[in-house]
Amino acid sequence: MPTKLFRRGMLLFATLLATLAQADLKLNMTRGVTDISNEVYGLHMLIFWVCVVIGIIVFGVMGYSIVMHRKSRGAVADNFHESVKVELLWTILPAIVVIAIGYRAFFTLEKMYDFDDSDMTVEIVGYQWKWRYSYLGGDAAERVTYFSSLATPRDQINGLTTKGENYLLEVDEPLVLPIGMKIRFVISSADVIHSWWVPQLAVKKDAIPGIVNESWTHINEPGTYRGQCTELCGKDHGFMPIVVEALPQAEFDTWLAAKKVETRKLAELTQKDWTYDELMELGESAYVKNCAACHQVDGSGIAGVFPALKNSVIALGPVEDHIDIVVNGSRNNAAMAAYGAQLSEVDMAAIITYERNAWGNDTGDVVTPVDILNYNAGQ
Amino acid sequence: MTTTTDHHDHDHEHHGPAKGLTRWIYTTNHKDIGTLYLWFSFAMFFLGGLFAMVIRAELFQPGLQLIQPEFFNQMTTMHGLIMVFGAVMPAFVGLANWMIPMMIGAPDMALPRMNNLSFWILPFAFAMLTSTLFMTGGAPNFGWTFYAPLSTTYAPPSVTYFIFAIHLMGASSIMGAINVIATILNMRAPGMTWMKLPLFVWTWLITAFLLIAVMPVLAGVVTMMLMDIHFGTSFFNAAGGGSPVLFQHLFWFFGHPEVYIMILPAFGIVSAIIPTFARKKLFGYSSMVYATSSIALLSFIVWAHHMFTVGIPFAGELFFMAATMLIAVPTGVKVFNWVTTMFRGSLTFETPMLFSIAFVVLFSIGGFSGLMLAVAPADFQYHDTYFVVAHFHYVLVPGAIFSIMASVYYWLPKWSGRMYNETLGKTHFWLSFVGVNVTFFPQHFVGLAGMPRRIPDYSVQFADINMISSMGAFLFGASQLLFLFVVIHTIVAGKKAPAKPWEGAEGLEWEVASPAPYHTFTTPPKID
Repeated sequence: MPTKLFRRGMLLFATLLATLAQADLKLNMTRGVTDISNEVYGLHMLIFWVCVVIGIIVFGVMGYSIVMHRKSRGAVADNFHESVKVELLWTILPAIVVIAIGYRAFFTLEKMYDFDDSDMTVEIVGYQWKWRYSYLGGDAAERVTYFSSLATPRDQINGLTTKGENYLLEVDEPLVLPIGMKIRFVISSADVIHSWWVPQLAVKKDAIPGIVNESWTHINEPGTYRGQCTELCGKDHGFMPIVVEALPQAEFDTWLAAKKVETRKLAELTQKDWTYDELMELGESAYVKNCAACHQVDGSGIAGVFPALKNSVIALGPVEDHIDIVVNGSRNNAAMAAYGAQLSEVDMAAIITYERNAWGNDTGDVVTPVDILNYNAGQ
Repeated sequence: MTTTTDHHDHDHEHHGPAKGLTRWIYTTNHKDIGTLYLWFSFAMFFLGGLFAMVIRAELFQPGLQLIQPEFFNQMTTMHGLIMVFGAVMPAFVGLANWMIPMMIGAPDMALPRMNNLSFWILPFAFAMLTSTLFMTGGAPNFGWTFYAPLSTTYAPPSVTYFIFAIHLMGASSIMGAINVIATILNMRAPGMTWMKLPLFVWTWLITAFLLIAVMPVLAGVVTMMLMDIHFGTSFFNAAGGGSPVLFQHLFWFFGHPEVYIMILPAFGIVSAIIPTFARKKLFGYSSMVYATSSIALLSFIVWAHHMFTVGIPFAGELFFMAATMLIAVPTGVKVFNWVTTMFRGSLTFETPMLFSIAFVVLFSIGGFSGLMLAVAPADFQYHDTYFVVAHFHYVLVPGAIFSIMASVYYWLPKWSGRMYNETLGKTHFWLSFVGVNVTFFPQHFVGLAGMPRRIPDYSVQFADINMISSMGAFLFGASQLLFLFVVIHTIVAGKKAPAKPWEGAEGLEWEVASPAPYHTFTTPPKID
């Protein structure tokens, strides 16, 4: 009977393994696409196998005792209960093993901490719940800076439409990096602690307000590499992915040049004459992207946590106060960040116009990018 | 060993417990207080378990189905807090109350009134903590590690209640620890020398010192939060010159010894049960004592291994990596000793033994993943993923909680005077064993494949494994209802148990009648 049960169990186990293999599941750490990530993978597998060997020995002895030394087999207990030799042996041997592993890990860690001689520097700043990337160096007027946030539609999250291939791992604008270059990251945060992790680069570093952390990578292969925030950072911690697009040097240069042109154009847009309809149209999309996570798409907020905008004192009150809370954040509630540092004047103007006229607020007010500039100048 | 229990059995009547509810409110009897602690812990185990079921139900499939992210975060936070401070710690204090006086031949705990206070604080602390679920803004939602500034500047208003609840729990733990130390130092029966102490007593003594050392640090850190939130200080606020990283150093200086507080008494329990059912003396008693002390000392110098990714300097990474890996040595010694105790014994497999063997195997697996996590460069890939979730659940569920279940089956005959039903006990064991492994083993894989922890929704590649994990969790959760049934069934309808129901058991607790009389060892036993 026990053998029959055992055979059935093994059969079930084998079927399970086969199913797992067929499903093409990822069950192990990635080797990644950098020299460092390959070293880390090697280290991981080394410790894993050391643990497996120790496990086989220890559980083997235990299993042998369980089978052979059971009372029902007539086993009589021995009475040894001490042996200085054996005890010294199994203190010293494991100590040597862990020291050996630590020695091996030392060299990888040393390389990971070598931030010198980088070819370029990218600044990464965590926000609730998106990332801001800036390419440092060069002319400040055309410094490329942009936000990268979740691109998966809310309908997919709520199960109203089918989930896409890169569900929750897709962003509106990825971080674009060149391959074959040592890229230094400086990492910080504007609000709470986040953590920037891309498994295939073996880079994980906390983004901490008030502290600038360093890390670096050197990507060997072009491709798209996806990661996520790995430090609990509030409500949408699960919804701030990271996408790195690694391009060959020439393509990267073309992309960066185009981005610089875009930066200059945005400055010009600020001066343009905006109509109510244009602002409302842009405002709706900018609102959904930047504000709806807390204030909700219909402006109703979440009772007790995030105030409603529909019929609110802010949206129906003086325009200056509305601009103030968007630009400078709330003095009473840290969850309302200072968006002056995050959004363009165009986006802020459009959002404020939208908030003052949507959901039956109907104030008829139009706030233009120039109004925001004037407000900032007056501050 | 001889005892004089016969002498005071007949005046038992005069010293019996009071009747009704006041017995439990005013009691200073270590057995009553032990019982209160154990039932309280059992209740919290179900409450924390309920939260875990909500979490696993939401994670059953990708997408948001049942709850919204802000409530999900409240669930993970409350699950962790309730399980750590409400289920595991009070269970061990309950076991200490019941067993330590009986194991060392003392009539009661050294400080019985404080004992009463330290228990009765707890229901209020947890009522306060749980009530935050019904407050505007919701319960604490920043994880059981409550990292600032998410738990200060960005916290819901209920954080103040959380802070006071932690203060109360800390006060309770410190009083419990003082009591344990005072009892063990002063009230051992004549002849109960240090190296004759049962290992459960030794491990609890060391645990109590850990508690006294680190609970004040926790009290300090939550007080600093309180100041930051309400009185304009900036301990953890970068904008005011403070540092969020300071919070983590303080928290983990408490937090790492805290995890040993939850495992050292388990070592003691397993060291009592395995020799009983192997019918063979514990191998390497003195090395067990030294190993436990080494683990406790090392626990103070490894805290920053929880912080490898915060950007501590290279030298710091090396130091904390090395110190952490060293812990594997004394921990290994303990595992080798248990296995050698079983080797060439005469083994039987009653429920307490099954839980203890599972403890050794599954705790070792948790230890292996702990060794992997200690390697700093690899930790950059593991940190804050489900690999870590799998790791600490392996040491806490089939570690700490299995040891508590083992001790309930082992000592319930002594507490209640009745035997549990062996078939039901074994059924409970196998269901729990399968449930726990199906829940947590696959989480290693999903973590290595890149799933971060504390997320309410995940990408579709992780769907299969999460579904398996959730099914395991439901099985494990449901089988604990069987545990509750077994315990009640034993108390109500179990067969009468003899004074020493286990053939191979040793120790003073088996020399008194079952159920243990209300007062034991009013005259100290003689110990050869």
